[in-house]
Amino acid sequence: MEQSAYKPGEHPNLPPPSNTVGPIAWVRANLISSPTNIVLTVLSIWFLYEIIPATLEWAFMDAAFTGESRDECRAKAGGACWAFIGERFNLFTYGFYPADERWRIDLAFVLLCVALLPVLWDRCPFRKYGLYFACAFPFISGWLLLGGFGLMPVDTDEFGGFMLTLVIGVTGITFSLPIGIILALGRQSDMPIVRVFSIWFIEFFRGVPLITLLFVASTMLNYFLPTGTTFDLLLRVLIMVTLFASAYMAEVIRGGLQALPRGQYEAADSMGLKYWTSMRLIILPQALKISIPGIVNTFIGLYKDTTLVIIIGLLDPLGVGRSSLADTKWTGLSNEMYLFVAIFFFISCFGMSRYSLYLEKKLATGYER
Amino acid sequence: MAEVAVSPQRNAISRLWNDKESRSVIIQIITISLVFAFLAYIIHNAVVNLQAIGKGFSYNFLWQPSSYDINQHLIEYNSRSTHFRAMLVGILNTILVAICGIVLASIVGFVLGVLRLSKNWIVNRLAYCYIEYVRNVPVLLHILLVHGLIVHAFPVPRQAISIGDLTFMTNRGIFSPKPLYEPLFLVVVVLFLLGLAFMWWFRRYAQKVQDETGQHYPVFWIGLGAIVGVPLVSFFLLGSPITWDVPELKGFNFTGGMVVRPEFIALLLALSLYTAAFIGEIVRAGILGVYYGQTEASYALGINRGRSLSLVVIPQALRIIVPPLTSQYLNLMKNSSLAVAIGYMDIVATIGGISLNQTGREMECMIIVLALYLVMSLIISMIMNWYNKRIKLVER
Amino acid sequence: MNESANKSNGNPEREIVIVIRKMHKWYGQFHVLKDINLNVERGEKIVICGPSGSGKSTLIRCINRLEEHQDGEIIVDGTELTNDLKNVELVRREVGMVFQHFNLFPHLTVLDNCTLAPIWVRKEPREEAEATAMEYLERVKIPDQANKFPGQLSGGQQQRVAIARSLCMKPRVMLFDEPTSALDPEMIKEVLDVMIELAKGGMTMLCVTHEMGFAKTVADRVIFMDEGEIIEQNKPHEFFDNPQHDRTKLFLSQILNH
Ligand SMILES: Nc1ncnc2c1ncn2[C@@H]1O[C@H](COP(=O)(O)OP(=O)(O)O)[C@@H](O)[C@H]1O
Ligand SMILES: [Mg+2]
Repeated sequence: MEQSAYKPGEHPNLPPPSNTVGPIAWVRANLISSPTNIVLTVLSIWFLYEIIPATLEWAFMDAAFTGESRDECRAKAGGACWAFIGERFNLFTYGFYPADERWRIDLAFVLLCVALLPVLWDRCPFRKYGLYFACAFPFISGWLLLGGFGLMPVDTDEFGGFMLTLVIGVTGITFSLPIGIILALGRQSDMPIVRVFSIWFIEFFRGVPLITLLFVASTMLNYFLPTGTTFDLLLRVLIMVTLFASAYMAEVIRGGLQALPRGQYEAADSMGLKYWTSMRLIILPQALKISIPGIVNTFIGLYKDTTLVIIIGLLDPLGVGRSSLADTKWTGLSNEMYLFVAIFFFISCFGMSRYSLYLEKKLATGYER
Repeated sequence: MAEVAVSPQRNAISRLWNDKESRSVIIQIITISLVFAFLAYIIHNAVVNLQAIGKGFSYNFLWQPSSYDINQHLIEYNSRSTHFRAMLVGILNTILVAICGIVLASIVGFVLGVLRLSKNWIVNRLAYCYIEYVRNVPVLLHILLVHGLIVHAFPVPRQAISIGDLTFMTNRGIFSPKPLYEPLFLVVVVLFLLGLAFMWWFRRYAQKVQDETGQHYPVFWIGLGAIVGVPLVSFFLLGSPITWDVPELKGFNFTGGMVVRPEFIALLLALSLYTAAFIGEIVRAGILGVYYGQTEASYALGINRGRSLSLVVIPQALRIIVPPLTSQYLNLMKNSSLAVAIGYMDIVATIGGISLNQTGREMECMIIVLALYLVMSLIISMIMNWYNKRIKLVER
Repeated sequence: MNESANKSNGNPEREIVIVIRKMHKWYGQFHVLKDINLNVERGEKIVICGPSGSGKSTLIRCINRLEEHQDGEIIVDGTELTNDLKNVELVRREVGMVFQHFNLFPHLTVLDNCTLAPIWVRKEPREEAEATAMEYLERVKIPDQANKFPGQLSGGQQQRVAIARSLCMKPRVMLFDEPTSALDPEMIKEVLDVMIELAKGGMTMLCVTHEMGFAKTVADRVIFMDEGEIIEQNKPHEFFDNPQHDRTKLFLSQILNH
């Protein structure tokens, strides 16, 4: 047998051979490890080469940032016409909200951030008070946006733009979670009638597209109310969106309830806890923790679905954009508009999904310790 | 309540309430009364309201002429057809786009999932960027964007992009030659069917031979030859028994040939590319979810990469993939209702849109629309549940 | 190096199946295996022990290239392990492996687990493959479980199926990576019995295990590894009664006195 250069037990740690580390080895392992791999690499690089320079050129180098109309933009540069977005920016943000009252939206947005902080960040100082504030926030902001009690009343017809997206999204998210929890518990209940109604409710809302529910809200909901009552369109939409989201939420939470080991239920029962106590203290905290990724995905889905309201005539950013395109001054700038709105949605939804990943990781380690 | 529970002298109500059985009965009676009271209330309102404006509740309008046109109809339809027929056209259009979308989304999604698992860094990152971009932007925006691109970026028919003077891409759709079959073409069809039958038999035969002698036939290649090759060769030997009705530019548009409408293309592309991003992540998670020891064990037995994928990894990954895949298929089907935003005539746009507006029968039309979607959801769920049961693992 | 090992290596009548020469392996910057030299003769039974994280699993996984080494050479049955996929396949056919966590295929029955590789790799007729499988299942004493799914068996039964599954490929060498450490005490014996039986049949075996009783009865040689090195190797009685190296002494005192 070969003789080692070192005595047993004294071999030093050596660095790996140079051909297995460093950038060249990385390229060899990750980009050109096999013929298929080489082909894929070449194709991808060619694709990027085709796409990136042209896009950058269009969006920045050859773009016009100022101008009064599409023609003025075109006269300056052949690429994107961002002046359009610039001129309509307020419309995109606030919709048709009276200009003098827009500070109320700004304030509500700041309060939203303040309310979110303790909800999202578990080591936030004064978290307990922050959470109380978060619970009160929907009502405070409702008052701010709608007015009354000393503020000038604003009609919901004038809501629009990103502000409308946030109103629908935040309301839906706030109310769908508790309703979803109740539905999920109902579906797991021992009482057949409660269970059957929960199942019907959930399956109905999951079985039809949101757009049909919005049509129901806009065309026929008034038939079901006492004669003479009129019901704000936005409110009808909010109800439908919330019910729709809570059906999905219920299924996500049911998954969490089922994933809990039977032992947890048995332990809670054996301690003599009442149903609601054991749910509140033992079962739900764990089940909700398990279902966080699904809950956040439902939130993201709901948030994206807010765009559907344009089909029944509400003006969210997409609606504002489309009506702006109808203006002869800016006609034909749909790419700029779609890109702008897409970036807005991308940032918020990507942010939410990153946050859920972060939580998932944190909770996963929390379980191990 | 807690105080009552410990006291020995309970009154009758608290005794009922603290008995598990009777409490459950009480709660259920309350639930059922509340639900029915609510239903009775809204139905009563509806009846009163309908009476007040002098509308009844009747489906007779379904048999009246619709008097509107639908540009894409898979069955005979014109503006003199009934609303009922318009609804059928809408249903078929929804089903068409849903099925095409599901097939396309599955293919693209599977490819995306595999690319996401690729060891090639660039490919992996590209797939990641695509998936994240698509997933985090509303599907309606995708639909409008793709539709806008087709309508704005494609030329008017007069300046159509022509592919060999046979197929023309325009902002009014893609015009392609329509095949007109001659009688001899029947032979090709028969050969194709025979090929299918042969394949069915050959697969069992090959399995039998493999079981008996261990010899492996290249089943895939032989199958390809029988199903595609033979009919193709015979097609040319018979002197191509098809004539083509080539679209021609007449005035401002093409006539003749087949046309695929831009709304259909936009909806199909947007829906399936959107859903594919979700399916890609599902496929990736499914394959990663198969415990790595499974692949190692099959390698250790000398099974090669491809075989270990098809014999060991994929059958197990499917078990993880199918349930979320089902809900993606359902989402795609339901999202197809966004067709109404770009004027593709599906269920919502026909019976829930124009018919509704023309007849003013909101209640009747919306009930039909909701019921149709519920039925379709139910069918997809049933098929996928059946499949899921078949591939379920036996556990202790 | 110690005498007994040299003596057995010097025996000209016995064919050498595995040659490992100056082999090194790194995980990134981490030097896991350092200058491994090892020859294994046909029919030899080797037990590898050492503290957790010392690289035992990595070493035997390099032998059927579940892991790649970066320096030195590994030759199994005359085939050198390189990037050449054909060679890797050749070696994997001849080398069976049993894992700590069994790694049975949960979607296939016990019988299908055993016939999968013979049918798809060795291209055996199904009947023949099934007959062989039943023979080995009988040897591991669970022929009556053949049509059950792995999820329906106990841990000990699963591990015995895993052994039978490897044997169905008629390997020349068997690798065991802590085959009993995921099992309850009463199941350990049933698996060890099967392994002892196998050893008696003349199989070449490399076995990572902490079952010292098994090492004493079966092994021709015990190898002690620490921090990626082979510290000491010897015949079992010498190894246990008269360990040479301080680290070996420490390790033995820890595992024997509890
Ligand atoms: N895939 C891997 N990547 C990085 N380090 C690894 C990997 N697998 C094992 N290691 C490290 O290599 C060392 C040896 O591992 P292993 O061979 O499993 O030890 P043993 O089987 O002796 O307990 C350990 O320190 C372990 O942390
Ligand atoms: Mg180990």
